Amino acid sequence: MLNFTIRRLLLAIPTLLFISLVIFLLLEASPGDPLGDVPLTVPPEVRERMRAALGLGEPWPVRYVLWLKQFFWVEPLYWFDQIFGTAYAADMQRIISFQSRSPVFDVIAQRVPQTLTVVGMSYVVGILIAIPIGILSAYKQYSWFDQIGTFVSMIGFSMPTFFTGVVLIIVFAVNLQWFPSVYDTTHEVTDWDSFLVQARQMVMPVTVLALYNAAQISRFMRSSMLDNLGQDYVRTARAKGLTERKVVLKHVLRNSLIPVVTVIALGLPAVFGGAIITEQVFKVNGLGQLLITAIHGSDIPMVLTLTFIFAILIVVFTLIADILYGVLDPRIRYD
Amino acid sequence: MTEPQRPETHPTDALKAAAGNAATPEGASPPVVPPAVPNVAEPEIVQTRSQWRDVWRQFRSHRGAMVALAIFVFIILFVSVGPLLWSIDPTYVDIRARNSGFSLAHPLGTDQLGRDLLARLMAGGQVSIAVGLTAMAIAIFLGSLVGVVSGYFRRLDAPLMRLTELFLALPLLPLLLLMVTLFREPLSQTFGSAFGIFLLIVSAIGATSWMQSARIVRGEVLGLKEREFILAARSIGTPSHRMIVRHILPNVLSPIMVAATLGIATAIITESALSFLGLGFPPDFPTWGRLLYDAVDQMVLYPQRVIFPGLMISLTVLCVNYIGDGLRDAMDPRIRGR
Repeated sequence: MLNFTIRRLLLAIPTLLFISLVIFLLLEASPGDPLGDVPLTVPPEVRERMRAALGLGEPWPVRYVLWLKQFFWVEPLYWFDQIFGTAYAADMQRIISFQSRSPVFDVIAQRVPQTLTVVGMSYVVGILIAIPIGILSAYKQYSWFDQIGTFVSMIGFSMPTFFTGVVLIIVFAVNLQWFPSVYDTTHEVTDWDSFLVQARQMVMPVTVLALYNAAQISRFMRSSMLDNLGQDYVRTARAKGLTERKVVLKHVLRNSLIPVVTVIALGLPAVFGGAIITEQVFKVNGLGQLLITAIHGSDIPMVLTLTFIFAILIVVFTLIADILYGVLDPRIRYD
Repeated sequence: MTEPQRPETHPTDALKAAAGNAATPEGASPPVVPPAVPNVAEPEIVQTRSQWRDVWRQFRSHRGAMVALAIFVFIILFVSVGPLLWSIDPTYVDIRARNSGFSLAHPLGTDQLGRDLLARLMAGGQVSIAVGLTAMAIAIFLGSLVGVVSGYFRRLDAPLMRLTELFLALPLLPLLLLMVTLFREPLSQTFGSAFGIFLLIVSAIGATSWMQSARIVRGEVLGLKEREFILAARSIGTPSHRMIVRHILPNVLSPIMVAATLGIATAIITESALSFLGLGFPPDFPTWGRLLYDAVDQMVLYPQRVIFPGLMISLTVLCVNYIGDGLRDAMDPRIRGR
């Protein structure tokens, strides 16, 4: 197991380097000019100096290596300094956003909490809804509950989140006026009332994403439960005279959760990246919205760093899913 | 009632149909199919015919899939035949009739420029479904190619699977957004704005969604390679390309078809998501996602303009998903006949 983990970690390094190169070259090939908004009256030599100031003067391999150094060396050093009060990174250049002229990681750090509260919460809610539904509809296969559950989950992942979001806004924000349609990120929770306001503005984005996640996870849960319910050990457990409750909730559920847990782990990177659309619908200024504005403004360092962070998350969580699978299921051997 | 999606390339299709017609009449005398004719081609034809028939019979028993198929055919007719019947130009601007509600002249009303919503829905559907089908075709072609090659040729297996894993590790939606934003200008200049963007979106979606089908196909091919008929074919000296085309591909057709069906759904959703983020087709070129995106600004006043395109997207995707579900059940020999 340890061997496997180390091997996979080592393999992850070239993968990530390659992905970063792909993203970098894609951005390099783009015709978008970060100086596109600079007025034409600016003389060419000044323009050249501006390009140099943005670090665009060098050829691309130099800039790529420089970016790698900034990402993997300067930024960790900087955070190390922040925590321990040292000054190793004092005169080093951090990754600077073209748009806001502030360090990319500072902007990202500002945006992460919004994404995590809204999207992370919706993932948790989705899981909490999905697992009981999956268990029940597998246990009573082909019952009316199963039929309805399957139908609803089918609808759940057929309806794109930008449509469910907009419909919820029309119904609950415009017609009924129960919830605000725009998520106010400046709102701070200080007491009970402000907590209620926060909860109210979170209801709709969380519902939209939770519905979508629940639809997918409950299908996995159902099929995994169905696989296990027909196994011999279930018959044995029943024959021993265990109560039905114990058979299903202890023996079957534990075994069927194994693949579901890995699916949940695999879906976690999407919590950070995949909620781009929902954030756009409800105007949550999280990471997804940051990425969109950066793409529109051809803010190359921001896009590069953000996309690469998403890639790291995917690689890491895939690894975690594989390891979890091996840990949870002793039948799986990786060596 | 329509036929199930039959593979166009299947070599015995015509024979199959002919044989099927001959065998169907109830009053047909028994000795139509001679049981003991030592013909090499004969057992294969009988076998494939009954397989596809079985699939169709099983598919028909899946009620959800049948309803979905009917609705999907209706949607296809709506977007393809509809414009012939409802001949208002979807881009015709009638500024005096702008923002009109439901009326006889405009059954679904008009938008802020007085363009007829029904006509726009039909035109938008054509683009959305065309994008879905083309992107799926690209993804399935790439996926089957990678899957078959890496399953069949042992030497290429490891590098191709590493490549697949690499693609799976890419953050796809951000990359799609990136590709579409970065290359829309040059492509729309070379190929014209509508066709250039179509090409861009279709190839971007296709290039980022082939990995699942590649993995499925590879798994199937690896299993197939151990079977006796492959050994037999190899022992009479069948070259690799004919081996793949004649023996491997027909046998991995069912997982490919299921993946293809579900691929249409994903492609349609991805296209409308891109349009919704304002990165899809140009504004005067309606697609369902674009219609939804354009209507969001005025959804408080005119919610129907958001609801109709959204409903069309959801309904199409729902139908396609149900058809895929039915196909998967129908093509799984373990549960067929149950």
